[in-house]
Amino acid sequence: MDDKFNKIPKDKFEFADGGDVYHDKSLSTKPVGYFRDAFNRFRKSKAAVVAAIIIALIVLFAIFAPLFNTRYDSSFMDPYYARKVPRNIALSKIGIADGTVSRDSSEKGLIYNLSIGIGAEDGEGKGGISSKDAMDGYYQPVKKIGDKKQSAGSSIYPIKLENYLEVGFIYRQIPRSQYAEIVEWQNQTGLRVLYPLVADNGYCPDPTEANYWYKMDSRLNPLRVGADGKTSVISYNDNNFTLEDNYLRDEAGNPVYYQYAGGGSSAENAEYKVRVLYYNYYRYVNGFEPQYLFGTDSQGYDLALRLASGIKLSLLVALFVSVINLFIGAVYGAIEGYYGGKTDLIMERISDILSGMPFIVLATLFQLHFAAKVGVIPSLLFAFVLTGWIGTASTVRTQFYRFKNQEYVLAARTLGARDRRIIWKHIFPNSLGMIITSSALVIPGVIFNESMLSFLGIVNLGNSSTTSLGTLLSDASAIWTNCPHLMLFPAIVISLLMICFNLFGNGLRDAFNPGLRGTEGGNG
Amino acid sequence: MRMFKYVVKRVLLMLLSFFVIITVCFVLVRMLPRNLPTDKNLAAVIEARWEALGYNKPIIVQYGIYLKNIFTAWDFGTSWYISTLTPAWDVIVDRLAPTVLVNLYSLLFSIPIGLLLGILAAVKKNKWQDTFISTATMIFISVPSYVYAFLVQYFFYYKLGWFPAIVSSLADAGGSWLSPKMFYSMILPVLALSFGEIAGLCRYTRAELTETLTSDYMLLARTKGLTRGQATVRHALRNAMVPILPMIISSFISILGGSMIIEQIFSIPGVGKLYIQSIQLLDYDVFMMDTVFYTFIGLLAGIVVDISYGFIDPRIRMGER
Repeated sequence: MDDKFNKIPKDKFEFADGGDVYHDKSLSTKPVGYFRDAFNRFRKSKAAVVAAIIIALIVLFAIFAPLFNTRYDSSFMDPYYARKVPRNIALSKIGIADGTVSRDSSEKGLIYNLSIGIGAEDGEGKGGISSKDAMDGYYQPVKKIGDKKQSAGSSIYPIKLENYLEVGFIYRQIPRSQYAEIVEWQNQTGLRVLYPLVADNGYCPDPTEANYWYKMDSRLNPLRVGADGKTSVISYNDNNFTLEDNYLRDEAGNPVYYQYAGGGSSAENAEYKVRVLYYNYYRYVNGFEPQYLFGTDSQGYDLALRLASGIKLSLLVALFVSVINLFIGAVYGAIEGYYGGKTDLIMERISDILSGMPFIVLATLFQLHFAAKVGVIPSLLFAFVLTGWIGTASTVRTQFYRFKNQEYVLAARTLGARDRRIIWKHIFPNSLGMIITSSALVIPGVIFNESMLSFLGIVNLGNSSTTSLGTLLSDASAIWTNCPHLMLFPAIVISLLMICFNLFGNGLRDAFNPGLRGTEGGNG
Repeated sequence: MRMFKYVVKRVLLMLLSFFVIITVCFVLVRMLPRNLPTDKNLAAVIEARWEALGYNKPIIVQYGIYLKNIFTAWDFGTSWYISTLTPAWDVIVDRLAPTVLVNLYSLLFSIPIGLLLGILAAVKKNKWQDTFISTATMIFISVPSYVYAFLVQYFFYYKLGWFPAIVSSLADAGGSWLSPKMFYSMILPVLALSFGEIAGLCRYTRAELTETLTSDYMLLARTKGLTRGQATVRHALRNAMVPILPMIISSFISILGGSMIIEQIFSIPGVGKLYIQSIQLLDYDVFMMDTVFYTFIGLLAGIVVDISYGFIDPRIRMGER
């Protein structure tokens, strides 16, 4: 029996497989690296992805809003169209951004507003246009009159006013050459800019106000003057009234459109005082109708472009600060954590003292000292950088304490690797995820602090080309109850930025370190 | 004894930080050019006072005088413009009451709500209540406080007209910070402050409680026959309070500091508004006083948190040896 198995003849054996050498099979799946893995996890978190998309949209808005607006740049402003509500002619067809505001108006105020539309219809001073006829006019600011209410003994009409047409007429002093130009432009386009001047007589309570073109008494009641000089107040009469114009007329009774207003004796240099319908004057000067998708700010800048510039500033500051913080914090924390002992103790003390300084005091001192020398934004950045890296440094320090005694580090040291190599090649890549996360969570804090400082006026960022979201908000804070859009849009943008960056940062943290999920947070 | 040693060490370190920060700030503030008022008589008076107080001596000497005045006479300098020739200490003490009151009301309002919402979210983890509370918390934590300020002003003052837009002045409210009228006018700023605080506390409570709810001693408590409610209140909540309580304590200290933005928007005559005023008018002694105050509050809040951990949690006390 033994023999049978012990003495098997050699030729009975044969190689199972032609004598080839075996290799490991090459992997058919792709290896998933640390960052790939983190990215996959990040993608699964819906909130973080949505946040990232919203941030991307806001960034795109900040970049492309000024580029797409080819008609004017961000320093374009119009003082007469300041604080106006959003208006876009295409969108107004579907009922948004139609440039109207709702207001409660007294009868006198209603007649005043209606008179702008009536006056705009009557460029030749012929008169006889009733308020009903003028309701359909293109320049009629009153778009809708609601039912009369009684309040405290007087009638109140809830009306819808077109915010841009409401400006009505203004007086301007223009050179003679421009006058001729406007007349020619009028003939070409068929749009009327120049309207008759108003007589400065007893029926005009304020000769500087170009909208008082009809006869009124000193209390702004519209008047009818009889042939015998007797006056009676024109009543609203359910929006069916005719106003009596108070135009300046020459001997022949034709309305006068300009008056010599100084500027040199020669006819070339003469300046004319004219009365223009501002809406069409704007069209004449700029070549387009006033349209602002987000309205205009307190000085008359396009709010959309101001927002874009504010977002750009906020994001650039935040990005710059977080990159610098990442760099300083990584180096500082690495040295602290790796060497430990006395080095750590001294360096911790320094960062402790720095972090004890109230940030707002620091920012103020930097502004007071350096704003005049190196500019407002650089001194703001200094203030952010001076203490901003402390958080990152302490994250890095903790990570280094965690990793520095692990076997692979000891192995590297045994093999003779120098400190610098161990720090950057062995420990640092392992803690990179945490470091990136901590500097991403810095961003919302920087955005908030920047807006707070400019809101409080400690940092002065508002000028014609740049602005900050905080400056926009503080400009709006005094007047915003009348024009909520001034507050609404910047507030929405900054809230969105804060929410999205926090979500984004949390998503990053969960992706890089699934164990920490939901235990700590950004800042508020 | 060990605890005592730890506390002493921390306090000394804090004082060291405090001293260094104040020194740096003092030097930076005194290096700024000073402006005299346009009123000639007042300018002469102020200039004479500056000369007498040694404001024209080298900065090191000025610092010596500054420290000497603080230690011998509790004199932190003089307000030159905000409240002319009043001691800076009196100026800031005058503004403490409104700041503290507004923040105290808001804390007293938000602590119970924040805790309750946090507990609810943790107990109903991954149910719709939790999803709802957590999402809302995330949003409320991120939105800056001044946005809330404008929202409450818009709705409760402008639209509904329930509350005044700004806090009444002391004279208006009958000369007392505690009068009903004053309280009524403080409701809006209190609300504006509370949203963020409720959300912060809620998130923290939820995070801590979910962690203790899943720990082993909870399982033990349940196997011993405690109901879920009993186990949650007696074991999980007690342990979760260990990190939450120091946070609440530190917010009670930070109420002294207040919120500059809220004080600005609601024109509360508090410490934060004083700070803004001192920058606008370049009243440097008051600015320095405010800096000292803010630095002290910040450091104190930090150290109280660390020390109270030791008192509340025996594990940390043991770990200190």
